[in-house]
Amino acid sequence: MDARITLHVDGDERPLTLDTRVTLLDALRDRLSVTAPKKGCDHGQCGACTVLLDGRRTLSCLTFAVAQDGAEVVTAAGLASYDGEPHPVQRAFLENDALQCGYCTPGQICSAIGMLAEAASGHPSHATPELADAGGRDGPGGGPGAPGGPDGARRTTAPVVLDDAEIRERMSGNLCRCGAYVNILAALRDHGATGVTA
Amino acid sequence: MIPFDYRRPGNPAEAVATVIDHEGAAFLGGGTNLVDHMKLGITEPRMLVDVSRLPLDRVTETAGGGLRIGATVRNSDLAAHPWVRRNCPVLSRALLAGASPQLRNTATVGGNLLQRTRCPYFQDLTTACNKREPGSGCAAIGGYNRDHAVLGASEHCIATHPSDMAVAMLVLDAAVVTLGPGGERTLPLAGFHRLPGDAPHRDTVLEHGELITAVELPQLPFARRSAYRKVRDRASYAFALVSVAAALELEGGTVREIRLAFGGLAHKPWRARLAEEALRGAPATEESFRHAADVELAAARPRDGNAFKVPMARNTLVSVLRGLVNGAERVRTDRTEEDR
Repeated sequence: MDARITLHVDGDERPLTLDTRVTLLDALRDRLSVTAPKKGCDHGQCGACTVLLDGRRTLSCLTFAVAQDGAEVVTAAGLASYDGEPHPVQRAFLENDALQCGYCTPGQICSAIGMLAEAASGHPSHATPELADAGGRDGPGGGPGAPGGPDGARRTTAPVVLDDAEIRERMSGNLCRCGAYVNILAALRDHGATGVTA
Repeated sequence: MIPFDYRRPGNPAEAVATVIDHEGAAFLGGGTNLVDHMKLGITEPRMLVDVSRLPLDRVTETAGGGLRIGATVRNSDLAAHPWVRRNCPVLSRALLAGASPQLRNTATVGGNLLQRTRCPYFQDLTTACNKREPGSGCAAIGGYNRDHAVLGASEHCIATHPSDMAVAMLVLDAAVVTLGPGGERTLPLAGFHRLPGDAPHRDTVLEHGELITAVELPQLPFARRSAYRKVRDRASYAFALVSVAAALELEGGTVREIRLAFGGLAHKPWRARLAEEALRGAPATEESFRHAADVELAAARPRDGNAFKVPMARNTLVSVLRGLVNGAERVRTDRTEEDR
């Protein structure tokens, strides 16, 4: 059954008519020729299809496009500045040789940008100490309805500093079958330690 | 995948009415489990009623000092919520032990409760599975059953429930608020998920068209001292072999109050009431903890592939409680030093 929707993809308004069965990933790749997000497993297990959906990292293979009518989608192809300068996270991947075949890379980069925004907003991970143990991590201004953090991640507590354990845990949803993890970690380490988010 | 109609109702009552009016209609939340099942052909709804944008995304403190969590609150937002992190770390820790950040950003609280088993036979249409196709048999009995249930299983199904969040909510005495054909009702989470019995195709007691609108947590002051431990095949992004949720209140060296639950052991999140009973009023020692675990696990009926889960569950329970006691001792020492 056809549905008429509009997606905002990498800054462009993209109206389209599609079958309700089309996932967001297939809409991007096959209907709109936005091929940065990749189809790895198509079952939400590999992270290759990760995009920023209304500012938050999301698996585009596990949502129907029709359910995202009106959404803002940013893929790895939409991250460069207007004059073509790569995003700092893309630059860090290049400088640290954080890829081999490159298939998982667009998903890794979108995921990393989502991760930086989440950490800046104080979102914990499984590697983050509990508040009671953290002694003073609990910053002011938290609570429901607190102002939104960067890129849509809701500010709740003080920013989380991303050490290696944090980065590993927070990037565990993105698999790399070439095993470039060591250099992906290196690429993200500088950003995490300095709290750079963009 | 068969063609389906898509609806986005404006309020919960309209959503419920739409599903009731259409045979083969299903609610769509974050979709992280349902979309996958539609791709695999496990379920074939003819209509999706999208509830993900209904105004059920608020987390509010209740008059009684508890928390009301809207059904469409994202798992990541609940895990990061300061009230949750402060008053019941067990829930935040359980959420953060589940899935991946991308999935937690999408998955809803209501959907998390309704996610289905990861039994490989349930997901493989070429095999027998009473949960997927009632009456077809259970390929896991006598097959690969390393991940499967040791408590409360039946001859028809030995699947486990995959949620971490629900295990934590169980020790918090959570209640599920629903809106259905008969109006609103509130169910204790402990009675929400079913044991398989002879009808393993039914995971919960929900009726067709009944929508989860919220989860309520009562005030439980001692849940400030609570923990979740998940044992799995890899350090992140894997389902539990065994998990333990616990909240503990001590009085001197004695257990005053306790809540315990297991994940990964049964068709539903397993509240360990026998172990709780054995520990209330008992000395908070490793010996009591081990005894309590043995009391709970006496009913375990492991299969060929999962006998390891029984000692793993016992040891994890003991370890979690030991950690909570040590944490309590540390807090007490700190306070004494402050008093000086």
